[in-house]
Amino acid sequence: MSARPASGRSTTLEQLFATKEIVVCCGSGGVGKTSVAAAAALGAATRLGGKTLVLTIDPARRLATALGLDGIGNEAHRVPPEVLKTAGLEPRGELWAAMLDTKQSWDDLVRRHARDPETAYRILENRLYTNLTARFVQSHDYIAMERLFEIHASGEYDLIVVDTPPTRNAVDFLDAPARMAEFFGGRLLRWLTLPYRVGGKRSVKMINFASRPFYQVADRVLGSKFLEDIAEFFLNFQSMYEGFVERAQSVERLLHDRRTTFAVVTTLEAAPLYEAEHFCAVLRDREFHLGALVLNKTLPDTLLDPEGAAASAAFADRAGPIADALAALPDHALADTARTARVLRTVAESYANFSVVAMREAELRAELARVPDVVVRVPGFEHDISDIASLLEICDALFVDS
Amino acid sequence: MSGADLLDRRCLFFTGKGGVGKSTMAAATALLAARTGRRVLLIEVDAKGDIPAQFEQKAVGFTPREVYPGVHAMAMDTEASLREYLRVSMRVPVIGRLGPLAKVLDFVATAAPGVKEILTIGKIMWEVREAIEGRAEHDIVVVDAAATGHIVAQLGAADAIQELVDVGPLRDQTRWVSELLGDPDVTAVNIVTTPEEMPVTETIELVARLRAEVDVPLGVVIVNRVLPELFTRSDEETFEALRRPEATEVLVSQAGRGAVEVLDAARLAVSLRRTRAVHLDELRETVELPLLYVPYLFVRDHGLRVTRMVADALGAELGH
Repeated sequence: MSARPASGRSTTLEQLFATKEIVVCCGSGGVGKTSVAAAAALGAATRLGGKTLVLTIDPARRLATALGLDGIGNEAHRVPPEVLKTAGLEPRGELWAAMLDTKQSWDDLVRRHARDPETAYRILENRLYTNLTARFVQSHDYIAMERLFEIHASGEYDLIVVDTPPTRNAVDFLDAPARMAEFFGGRLLRWLTLPYRVGGKRSVKMINFASRPFYQVADRVLGSKFLEDIAEFFLNFQSMYEGFVERAQSVERLLHDRRTTFAVVTTLEAAPLYEAEHFCAVLRDREFHLGALVLNKTLPDTLLDPEGAAASAAFADRAGPIADALAALPDHALADTARTARVLRTVAESYANFSVVAMREAELRAELARVPDVVVRVPGFEHDISDIASLLEICDALFVDS
Repeated sequence: MSGADLLDRRCLFFTGKGGVGKSTMAAATALLAARTGRRVLLIEVDAKGDIPAQFEQKAVGFTPREVYPGVHAMAMDTEASLREYLRVSMRVPVIGRLGPLAKVLDFVATAAPGVKEILTIGKIMWEVREAIEGRAEHDIVVVDAAATGHIVAQLGAADAIQELVDVGPLRDQTRWVSELLGDPDVTAVNIVTTPEEMPVTETIELVARLRAEVDVPLGVVIVNRVLPELFTRSDEETFEALRRPEATEVLVSQAGRGAVEVLDAARLAVSLRRTRAVHLDELRETVELPLLYVPYLFVRDHGLRVTRMVADALGAELGH
């Protein structure tokens, strides 16, 4: 890779990316994380060279199509160079994209860690397992990080940009590996499966079960058959304990590694920004590397220009005379002065409206307390982010030289 | 339903993609219901404090607190819900914190899909049943529910339990939850969205999933942050004429250099609206549910004033 800063801290995204192998994009829902992640990867591929992969969770369909991700599973695909060429790009490197297939990733994990194919089969066929992996989004948390580890370990890519799953809380996924390890290593699991292990065989019945107060309560609430199902499932799952915990710890280490950095994405709206600041604080407290803050979908500064405000006021206050002056032009669309005056007033009102929002954004930006070294602002685009050309627009804003 | 009778239901869920204004809509609906004299219990499922923030109040706990005249708010807490359930329904006395049992709950919840969800949905529907039977301090339950990713699991939890648990009290007790949840005279699941690509796509997918996977009545789709239509067709012609060099020159001489910026801002507003209109059309054609529109609010602050403005807009849409 090139463009390594000589020393000290990165001040541009390009410098930051040049020193990292993993960029984790996070932020609350609706801020445009997925688009920013894709654009960042595109930027890295075009500017830094090498192989860049964007690992995305749930891209908008048209964006997925643009990246050639339609109907692919867990496999990474190269975005065809022709697609990039059509958008006028001569990338120095390769852009790859992969989508996260949660179910597939879990199944792979089980096959990898189960002690034998029969155990793997029993787990994969268990109805609790099927429910757990297919129905519940929470399982995204861990598996996304696990996939990241897997891909990174393959050594195939110079840079991996990962889009984080939609969690209730932006920091949830950070705890996922530790939670996983604790879960499988915990006394609780041993406790719950104890009655089964005492007998040595899965067929041992509920004799010990019912003798403990906890089981009595649990039995009354859940029904013993259900509890038995759960215990059996976890007994099987526990056979994967060592491999699993080791793995979860490796994932955790990787997130803390100096080759990994976090980019927090937010809009300049109160709620997402509040969450972004909270997230930045958590990352710092827990000694993750906070590399960049991306302020996405922002309004242009021209809305804050006093000259714009003055012109807007003039449009509103002197709509009649201005319309009269315009009527002198040889343009039939400007002949009706009443109509022109109305349009001028509407235009003025719209400017005033958007100025209010731009002012709110500026205030929020000014209030940002501690920010990382790299802060970039991406304008809100009037069209959807649905092709390489529109990704390129974000990209240009992201990689602007400060 | 037309949407007009939305507030006649006892139980209103609000879901939607993160960031679209789900909590604001739940709060505004609660406010609207209170205005019509209904006593409201507003339940925040994610317990992030978004709901009290809409009323400029500090965080609420599991025990409801009045956050606005006629509106009591509470935050969901599955451990507290389990304790209440054990105490009230199972007659198991639980003193103090659950301690190990809470850990077991966490464990079982991860292992057995639906346990955490059933404690959430069970508590909600229990409050609904209390309201119907006149035993509660509230007439209507408004839920700031899970986002699109989790809501199907939450609403389907009672059914899932019945699928997984063959016999036992849990099975029996989830039955009435399913029944109340599935009753169109009682429940309406409403989806909040914005006229943007991803929120609209998620809404369409969610509607399809809800119809296919769970037996719950759908209410309305609320489209938030709808930008105003600036011009009629003929007015737009005039606007385009203003952007031609000769006209812009006149405008600059009359109103100063900033005239260009003002025109640019209006063009941005027009094309933003146009891009979004495409998504709105798709939504309208696909979901086959009543759509309510809440305009983009060009205001600097947030909090109670905004909640009131949104309630006004919703009220107008509902014909109040």
